[in-house]
Amino acid sequence: MAEGTRPILELVGVNKSYGDTQVLTDISFPIRSNEFITLLGPSGCGKTTTLRILAGFERPDSGDVLFEGASLLDVPPFKRRLNTVFQRYALFPHLDVFENVAFGLRLRKTPEAEVKARVAAALKTVDLDGYGKRWVDQLSGGQMQRVAIARAIVNGPEILLLDEPLGALDLKMRKEMQIELKDMQKRLGITFVYVTHDQEEALTMSDTVVVMREGVIQQVGSPTDVYNEPRNAFVADFIGESNILPARMEKDFEIAFAGHRFACVDRRRAEADVDVVVRPEDIVLAPPVEGGLNGVVTSVVFKGVHYEMIVECDGTEWMVHSTDQAAEGDRAALVFGPEDIHVMDRSPFSPDAHGILPADLAGRAARASADEGDPDR
Amino acid sequence: MRLRWLAYPYVLWTVVFTVAPLLLVAWFAFTAVQPDGSSAFTLDGFRSIVAGDRVPLDLLGLQEVFGLTVGVPLYVNVFVKSLQIALLSTLACLLFGYPAAYLLARRRARQRGGTDLLLLLFVIPMWMNALLRTYAWLALLEPNGIVNTVLAAVGLPKGQFLYNDFGIGLGMVYNYLPFMVLPIYSVLVKVDRSLVEAAEDLGADRRRVFTRVVLPLSMPGVMSGVNMVFMPAMTTFLIPNLLGGGRYMLIGNVIERQYMIARDWTTASALSIVLLVFVLASMRFMTRYEKGNEGGGVLL
Repeated sequence: MAEGTRPILELVGVNKSYGDTQVLTDISFPIRSNEFITLLGPSGCGKTTTLRILAGFERPDSGDVLFEGASLLDVPPFKRRLNTVFQRYALFPHLDVFENVAFGLRLRKTPEAEVKARVAAALKTVDLDGYGKRWVDQLSGGQMQRVAIARAIVNGPEILLLDEPLGALDLKMRKEMQIELKDMQKRLGITFVYVTHDQEEALTMSDTVVVMREGVIQQVGSPTDVYNEPRNAFVADFIGESNILPARMEKDFEIAFAGHRFACVDRRRAEADVDVVVRPEDIVLAPPVEGGLNGVVTSVVFKGVHYEMIVECDGTEWMVHSTDQAAEGDRAALVFGPEDIHVMDRSPFSPDAHGILPADLAGRAARASADEGDPDR
Repeated sequence: MRLRWLAYPYVLWTVVFTVAPLLLVAWFAFTAVQPDGSSAFTLDGFRSIVAGDRVPLDLLGLQEVFGLTVGVPLYVNVFVKSLQIALLSTLACLLFGYPAAYLLARRRARQRGGTDLLLLLFVIPMWMNALLRTYAWLALLEPNGIVNTVLAAVGLPKGQFLYNDFGIGLGMVYNYLPFMVLPIYSVLVKVDRSLVEAAEDLGADRRRVFTRVVLPLSMPGVMSGVNMVFMPAMTTFLIPNLLGGGRYMLIGNVIERQYMIARDWTTASALSIVLLVFVLASMRFMTRYEKGNEGGGVLL
């Protein structure tokens, strides 16, 4: 759906700083009509600030925001044809559910009969028929979230901005709402710009993912692209579990890392220093073989669907996901195919010889997934 | 609830200092001391409120409306007059106080923490004794006071500021303004910034953000501000005594005079009871308007 359609909204070279802190650096990407685009990154990566610039609550220091080719910068929020679903819902506590949803329509002096019909339709869309008379404080988190969505979509916006809308919900509710949101987006044909720090959420729902770190875009691509072809070690590490190692291209289709040579599917300049990522689920444990990548299983953790195992080979810890259980202390060879080796350019996030990522990088990612719903300013 | 005993001292406190005095007032209102020193039940106190000499009803300084004069008992007239002054002062406090509270809350939002000097300046007068502050106004507004001296110096006619509705009203607004500003301010600073953004996002310009979101959300603060100004304005005797020069009668100083000068405790207590019931009823009336009164208002 993402390809081929015109960009409806576009950020061009946007910079933003608060005092001495640069929060956005040269942010440029197009948002195409009817796509589900997700800004993904750890807290403090600038994703919420980007969204607030789109909504008009913040003004960039430089750069431009184009809506159908025309600059939006001098258009105040109340005149922009997009609506926002806020992180903590921001429902009006002095109004009941019906009036919350009707808020935007009433501002535009919509006839009463039409208000009634459209609010009813919006509440139906979010599965809240008959909740109109309830007060906001009588709703559960999931219901408040639905009201917030109804309040936005009732105005028929061309673009819906969603700021970590599922952040305050429990896991089961999140999963349900993810599917519902995606479904709603397809049905309504609205462009969704979605902000989250949850990589799984981003991969599940999006047509396009924009991975950000400390105000800089790391990669823009489809979920499959960013997962399978991460552009650097940060993206590989942030999106899913991964084994990341420094490597060296020997020649086209041949690469050396972890003290061994492997066939791969990439062409690069010979003798180029690169990083590789091998996903834990792509590795198979086999009986040790002469000349293979042999190691010792040091930890086995049952994760429900699979076992998460750590295998130590020559001082490097490899993470392996498998439905077959090994025992701690077992000796095993790590086996993976050429297509499982993803080659990435060197970056400031590159790991050391043992696959240990720079401390601040790993720390940030870990913290981001730990504190849910943290406002990222 | 094992700590219930912790509440006992407060129960004792309210019994000794609120319940008992109220019962005493009620006792005095319904009894009169007989010549032999004993007390007997009587309704004379209440009777004298509605009896007494008839005077023309004073409405906003007018005693005549369309050539009509309504004769009412003296006490009723004083009561109506007190009510008018109290309502007007409350209205004036609201008109001055709301914008002040709004500006202070905006400054607060921009500063993010720290003490606001402007807010401090608003509050500092409250740390001073009301008597002193009111005396200060006397010095300012006297016929030969500072204001008139300045007016005379620039060639303007002197004004009569004291001993009239203006002086009393000014004294009330000055004394009670902080009681209006602070409750509204404390509600406004708590209004979630994201609600304002949500309203903007849904198409509200600044004016309508205010009328549709900020103002309705600040109503609990307005209500408690109105209560906190109206109640003392209705019952004060200090301000009319000082700024009225002893000639200006509001219900508060009528009661004071009945107790302290006329020594007619029966009538004074009966008036107090009527005033108390009236104030409680009007508070009740105002708080009923509010759904979910969360603004730290006076709940009744």
